[in-house]
Amino acid sequence: MKVTLRFFSSLREQLGLSTQEHETSAINVAQLRSELMRLQPNYAQVLSSGKAIRVAVNQEVCDENTLLSEGCEVAFFPPVTGG
Amino acid sequence: MTFSVRIQTEDFDLSQEVQTLRSGIADIGAVCVFVGTVRDRNDGDDVSTLELEHYPGMTEKSIEQMLNEAQQRFDIISAKVIHRVGILNPLDQIVLVAVTSAHRGQSFQACEFLMDYLKTQAPFWKKETGPNGSHWVDARISDDQALARWGIQVKNALPQ
Repeated sequence: MKVTLRFFSSLREQLGLSTQEHETSAINVAQLRSELMRLQPNYAQVLSSGKAIRVAVNQEVCDENTLLSEGCEVAFFPPVTGG
Repeated sequence: MTFSVRIQTEDFDLSQEVQTLRSGIADIGAVCVFVGTVRDRNDGDDVSTLELEHYPGMTEKSIEQMLNEAQQRFDIISAKVIHRVGILNPLDQIVLVAVTSAHRGQSFQACEFLMDYLKTQAPFWKKETGPNGSHWVDARISDDQALARWGIQVKNALPQ
């Protein structure tokens, strides 16, 4: 299925990428993250486990087990620091 | 709009914002306002500029959810959150949270609740620039602990 990837803050800078259309065979967030890491070394570096990365699907914060759906927007970002 | 959110690059005028928040609502007896401002030092480093990034759409939505939550928990009449994004300098205003209620207790509490929530739940990211270059600001565990006081457990600051 097709998903839109979005990256913010330090992840956006490290990847040099803020948004990208992506064809995935993953069914959930964890699988998508592993798939991206297998795909490209720069994803592997930025999304590696052990790093504090938050994920939102369709603009709702979610966990690794959250299911993906056709056309959904998946955002990766570090812990938030507003206020 | 009795409950509203604005994300903007421009500055805001405190007295004007409070005036519109309580305009024509005569049962308001208390207004509590928090304003966050840019410091010229953070964790011992000099700061010359602060850059704020957000997630358009999600940021507004997450703050609207906070305002809903505040209305459930506290007896408040109106509230407003304004958060600036883009490049800011020391002394600039960053964020405004203003809450009204009939008596002071509820607006004091709701104002603090909203700030504690915003710190760990709203997608904003700060980047500091100083004499030694730029870096993204780390989340603080103390902010997670602040929200825990309201019975909300989060682990924004912890690796996962």
